[in-house]
Amino acid sequence: MKALAVALVITFLLAGGATAQRPNTCDVPAYLLFDENELNHVAAAVKEKQQLDIAIIGTGSSTLGGPEGKAYPAQLEAALKARLPTIAVHVTVHAAPRQTAAKMWEDLKKIVSEQKPALLVWQTGTVDAMRGVEPDEFGSVLNTAVENIQAAGTDVLLMNMQYSPRTETMIAVGPYAENMRWVSQQRRVPLFDRLGIMRHWSDTGVFDFYSPTKAFSVAQKVHECIGRALATQIIDAAQLGPMTAKVAQ
Amino acid sequence: MRKVASIPPATGSKRDLRLDLFRGLALWLIFLDHIPTNVVSWVTIRNYGFSDATEIFIFISGYTAAFVYGNAMSERGFLVSGARILRRAWQIYVAHVFLFAIYLAEIAYVASSFENPLYAEEMGVLDFLKQPDVTIVQALLLKFKPVNMDVLPLYIVLLLLFPPILWLLLRRPTLALSASVALYAASWEFGWNLQAYPSGTWLFNPFAWQLLFVFGAWCAMGGAERLSAVLRSRITLAVAIAYLVFAFLITMTWHFPVLGQFVPEWLGSLIYPIDKTNLDVLRFAHFLALGVVIVWFIPRDWSGLHWPIFRPAIWCGQHSLEIFCLGVFLAFAAHFIMGEISAGVPMQIAVSFAGVAIMIGAAGLLSWYKSMEGRNPGSRVKPTDADLAGGEA
Repeated sequence: MKALAVALVITFLLAGGATAQRPNTCDVPAYLLFDENELNHVAAAVKEKQQLDIAIIGTGSSTLGGPEGKAYPAQLEAALKARLPTIAVHVTVHAAPRQTAAKMWEDLKKIVSEQKPALLVWQTGTVDAMRGVEPDEFGSVLNTAVENIQAAGTDVLLMNMQYSPRTETMIAVGPYAENMRWVSQQRRVPLFDRLGIMRHWSDTGVFDFYSPTKAFSVAQKVHECIGRALATQIIDAAQLGPMTAKVAQ
Repeated sequence: MRKVASIPPATGSKRDLRLDLFRGLALWLIFLDHIPTNVVSWVTIRNYGFSDATEIFIFISGYTAAFVYGNAMSERGFLVSGARILRRAWQIYVAHVFLFAIYLAEIAYVASSFENPLYAEEMGVLDFLKQPDVTIVQALLLKFKPVNMDVLPLYIVLLLLFPPILWLLLRRPTLALSASVALYAASWEFGWNLQAYPSGTWLFNPFAWQLLFVFGAWCAMGGAERLSAVLRSRITLAVAIAYLVFAFLITMTWHFPVLGQFVPEWLGSLIYPIDKTNLDVLRFAHFLALGVVIVWFIPRDWSGLHWPIFRPAIWCGQHSLEIFCLGVFLAFAAHFIMGEISAGVPMQIAVSFAGVAIMIGAAGLLSWYKSMEGRNPGSRVKPTDADLAGGEA
């Protein structure tokens, strides 16, 4: 009985190791990337003014230490410029660590009224989960904020937290992710499900997020993949691409 | 002191094995749900309806607490049984502090060994390690509660409040239940909850969750008999099944967001968000519906309850405090193994099954100890299996 159990565990370990050695392509299945929600102001800005101003507000995970221009906002800009060569794409980043959604909403009022971007990408959830803000309160702040930003004529795209398996027993992100999905459905804004997408990459062996590596190269690759996937989602939700391009990447 | 007129029907009768069985199953499900990223947790009920194993655990704990301490209170008075309830709360507190020590060890290890720049922000959650004095004191005050360690503090608070509730339940059960419902409603109306550290509130609001505990106690004090006409009605069963199907369909839209378009907007804004912290009415109703169906199909005297296949779960349910704590520890250990060796699906399956097997083994061992002590002629044989049941609330 014991020998059987040991053999079973060893088999599992070998099988687990095998799945971890897949090629490093970070495709995202369509069901994780596309929803029914549209980005109409983005579509209008691109068609009428040939320009696309995007503001990104977020916390620490919207930035990356090391050389400049490697975090996902810069990667998003590069990907959009490559795929929309005739459009003037401009991405600005307002990222500050340790900001809850409620705090960001205070800053957002100014950003939206002064900059008037066509699209606001709002990355949030992690800090509220770490602080233990009541999930309901988080959801209702987000809901109100998104409603106001929409009323000001800016599209919103929500981005949830990173998949971080090492801290899963320390940060309960689930209720916050559920609230973000709820707000996305309620306000009909696209949700970039970073949590689900990164978990998919982990499950399929694209990235090993348990790795304690101090190297920036892996983190940069992850941000590059996020930036590309985000560009794909924006192009789809604003219906800017060829109508057949319902495939990620 | 006035003798209580109506002794609860459960008194003196044989132990209801269904309670142990389902509490044991709930403990397994809680363990599986506590392992992050676990493919096996797809079997747990939270994926198929609004409520989860926590509801089952708290309800049955209230039921058994009333069953055991209710006997003690009607036989030996308020003071003795009240003191026993508080002793139990103390035991659970010690267990909680023990688990916290293990938790600290795990995260201190992660803090010192994990430096992936991708997670610079997430590692901020370990900042409290820089102030261990404050953190430990806050943990001792039950204000700082790590993820997955919220059930025991809830349970401690429920037991601390239980002596007067039980006193009232023995005399005016309906009044006690009404008071519980009123407190539940007031906590929703006025937003009552206990404060947590460093910020926020308790994940399980005791003012709301007490409803399940008191309802369980009320059922044990004869409430179940009073409800029996309702429980035997086919209409009740039909309503319960219809609600379970409804909840199942709604939960499917969470797993497959593409189905979300079939949920009408008015319905979505009516039911969402389904609040776990404050024991949403939809969750409570889902638990009730589950209870109705289970009681309908598994009668108390069903011979199958003695089948060997159910024995492991019954053992676990009979030693719920030990097995619950073991489960929390095993979930930490499983997560640690996944981080150090492999987090693949095969490993998730392996640690899940190994964990449940260890829980069963430990519960079997505890049962064996118990039976040894019972047979020892020198030992004091208890009049009822009080500690087995209520102690294990």
